[in-house]
Amino acid sequence: MKSVALKILGALVVLWAAATFTFFVQAALPGDRATLLLNQDSGQIKKRTAAELAPINEEFGFDKPLVQQYADYLGGLATGDLGISYQKKAPVTEIIGEQILPTVWLTLAALVAAWVIALLLTLFTTRRSRVVKTLGSGFETLSAALPHYWLGVILLVVFAIQLSIFPVEGGTSLYGLILPALTLAIPLAGFLGQVTRDEFENVLDEPFITSARARGMGDFEVRWRHALRHAVLPAITLSGWALGALFSGAVIAEIVFARQGIGQILVTAANARDVPVVAGIVMVVAFVYVIANLLVDLAYRIVDPRIQT
Amino acid sequence: MTELLRVENLQVGFGDRQVVKGVSFSLEAGRCLAIVGESGSGKSVTARTLVGLTGGTSQVTADTLEFDGRDLRGLGDRQWRDVRGRDIGFVLQDALVSLDQLRPIGREIDEALRLHDYGTRDERRRRVLHLLDEVGIPEPLLRVRQLPHELSGGQRQRALIASAIALDPKLVIADEPTTALDVTVQARILHLLERIRDEGSALILISHDLAVVARMADEVAVMRHGEIVERGDAREVLADPQHEYTQALLDAIPSTHSKGTRLSPGTPHVTTVPARPARPADAPVLAAEGLVKRFRGPDGRDRTVVDDVSFTLSAGETLGVVGESGSGKTTTARLALALTEADGGRVLLNGEPWSELPEKRRRGRRREISVIYQDPLSSFDPRWSVERILADALPSDARDPRKRVAELLDLVGLEDEHRARRPLQLSGGQRQRVAIARALAPEPSVIVCDEPVSALDVSIQAQVLDLLTDLQEQLGLSYLFISHDLGVIHHMSDRVLVLNEGKVVETGTADEVFFAPKQPYTRALLAALPTLEPRGERPAMPEPSPTPSSSDTVEVSA
Repeated sequence: MKSVALKILGALVVLWAAATFTFFVQAALPGDRATLLLNQDSGQIKKRTAAELAPINEEFGFDKPLVQQYADYLGGLATGDLGISYQKKAPVTEIIGEQILPTVWLTLAALVAAWVIALLLTLFTTRRSRVVKTLGSGFETLSAALPHYWLGVILLVVFAIQLSIFPVEGGTSLYGLILPALTLAIPLAGFLGQVTRDEFENVLDEPFITSARARGMGDFEVRWRHALRHAVLPAITLSGWALGALFSGAVIAEIVFARQGIGQILVTAANARDVPVVAGIVMVVAFVYVIANLLVDLAYRIVDPRIQT
Repeated sequence: MTELLRVENLQVGFGDRQVVKGVSFSLEAGRCLAIVGESGSGKSVTARTLVGLTGGTSQVTADTLEFDGRDLRGLGDRQWRDVRGRDIGFVLQDALVSLDQLRPIGREIDEALRLHDYGTRDERRRRVLHLLDEVGIPEPLLRVRQLPHELSGGQRQRALIASAIALDPKLVIADEPTTALDVTVQARILHLLERIRDEGSALILISHDLAVVARMADEVAVMRHGEIVERGDAREVLADPQHEYTQALLDAIPSTHSKGTRLSPGTPHVTTVPARPARPADAPVLAAEGLVKRFRGPDGRDRTVVDDVSFTLSAGETLGVVGESGSGKTTTARLALALTEADGGRVLLNGEPWSELPEKRRRGRRREISVIYQDPLSSFDPRWSVERILADALPSDARDPRKRVAELLDLVGLEDEHRARRPLQLSGGQRQRVAIARALAPEPSVIVCDEPVSALDVSIQAQVLDLLTDLQEQLGLSYLFISHDLGVIHHMSDRVLVLNEGKVVETGTADEVFFAPKQPYTRALLAALPTLEPRGERPAMPEPSPTPSSSDTVEVSA
């Protein structure tokens, strides 16, 4: 129980640090924020008079002392308020909320697909004939090195445009999820596969594997029931990082496949210097990392029951 | 009795390397054959051939390989899987790594049943509980759900045996089944194996330990370099060995009888460096007064690992510390070395305060006491050469380090060519010699030897023990000698300290403790020790107590 409390406390500290960082980056950015806002609205770039700026400063609270603004920001976060978008004048929570689900689905689908590919590769190609082994580890090395952007375009051109198996613009349908998820999953699968393969090879030399064989267990069952569980532990640890990286990296797949999602908003907001939206997304990503790491912890405990003591 | 197993001219090779060269033996039901040999003798490979688990790259040939009327040569994978577990049970050493750490032991035993389509789930469950009970694991209903690391070493080994005998195989092969175990636990496991044999299974026991073999075996085959050098009735072979290698193996065993003699007569004494006079024996070089050390257990409660331990060690003397795992031996060693802060008591080194000093002030005096560990490999940086390892251990003010390194190598019986080698390029015995040379480098007056020969083959162990004895005579060293091996302790020690659960149970001269033990614990320990007297000529083993003793409970690593 004590360790759980510590973990949650640690997670809160991470979130607080992320919030503080994004707040002070916003405040420290060059240029007056009110001027920026007005210029963005009017599409002109010019110096504004104090009279023009006053209502904006009033509305967004830019006239308050920095400490007060920081306190307000943290207070807002605690109640789920991420501020108002400069560009759309709508609450950031609303903007993100509308777009977050497609990204979450994409991320999860990619993670699951990556795991499935990595596990199949490990199960069927580790310690096999030289050809199979080389093919397996070769695929992993190659795919781990593929850039998402290039892979996405290739998948799009081959499967959606040339072969017309999948829709070019999938929208949010399940069918349309496949190509973007694979775009993110294949490089990750290569990476997870490499880690798992190394561990799997080591585990296959352990005496308990010999014990299982000596009971009359066949090769596939030995791999599936005994070795795999030991071999996935390092990859589980990496999955926390991977989930966060997928979430923030989803933007590429979303752009290539013209999907809705947080990535799209992030790009638009970053281009327009819509700082509250960018900061909001940073907070969401930080939150995803925190949750992902808690999940990893949980998964690790399920796979390795020794930890519970 | 008809023959259950017949092996003739068995050959096993891995690529160009022939590891088993023409081995033949046979075995009847209800009998025990022991295959004895040192590491690399091919004994384990021979055993694995019988279950077809020598590995994909091996070539196995034999004139005859017959089990229960069936030719095992050329069996396919499917047919081998039928034999394994059902007809032949296989027990590996060290159950901690031979059972799947992530699964409850009940599932491991169930697996053997399930793989051979034994009954329904409920029938299997009943059988698993019955087996746990049969191998002597208390509270089967609780244990069946526990993970290997939650069991004591002895219970784990029992669980592993249970999984191998689940289907009452006609042949049980046990590969070093007691090697990692304490002597009292070993006695109980051997008793269990004896019972399995008495119930009619044939037993093949693979072991390096001749005393274990003497207790168990009807027949012995002594292997060396892939060949059986001597085979025959266990009693005859051990009492009157015909082959010189068997004789050498028997001579090399340190025991009550070997005290004061050399264990490996063929090797020369070390006499190259002039003897250093021993210090005057008035003040002890090392003295511990009422040492106490507590560790926080996993349940959050303090465990007293070392409880009021006092001893003195005089110049030129060896004090043996003996006890089972968890008795506090190693913690005592660390306290003596002041590597662990004591919670009570103190240590004096060469008559001056030692454990109470701040580490900064101790550092200058660290050269007065050094240490040799069981596993030198993990105490060396694998990328360093022997020369660098030794030079690094020299005091910073050493003149002419090159010459001193040569001197040290000479002292421990290594050649100049070993200088440039790295630890992985050395044999186990050579590594331990380097570890000894490193301990000697700062010219200490005391060396703490923590299980220095436990990982070595008996012939290598003999050489290392002889070397330690020579060095002591020559350099006037004092040893705090820690071992779980009673034979080694008796052979090496002038005085002995028996530890149990952190407390000193008994202390006295080695002969007093071994020949006239005063305390029941010491007597139990000695009684559990297998001796070389063959079966039938010695008093019957005391029946293992039905309730597990303290040593059979879960060990908590400190």
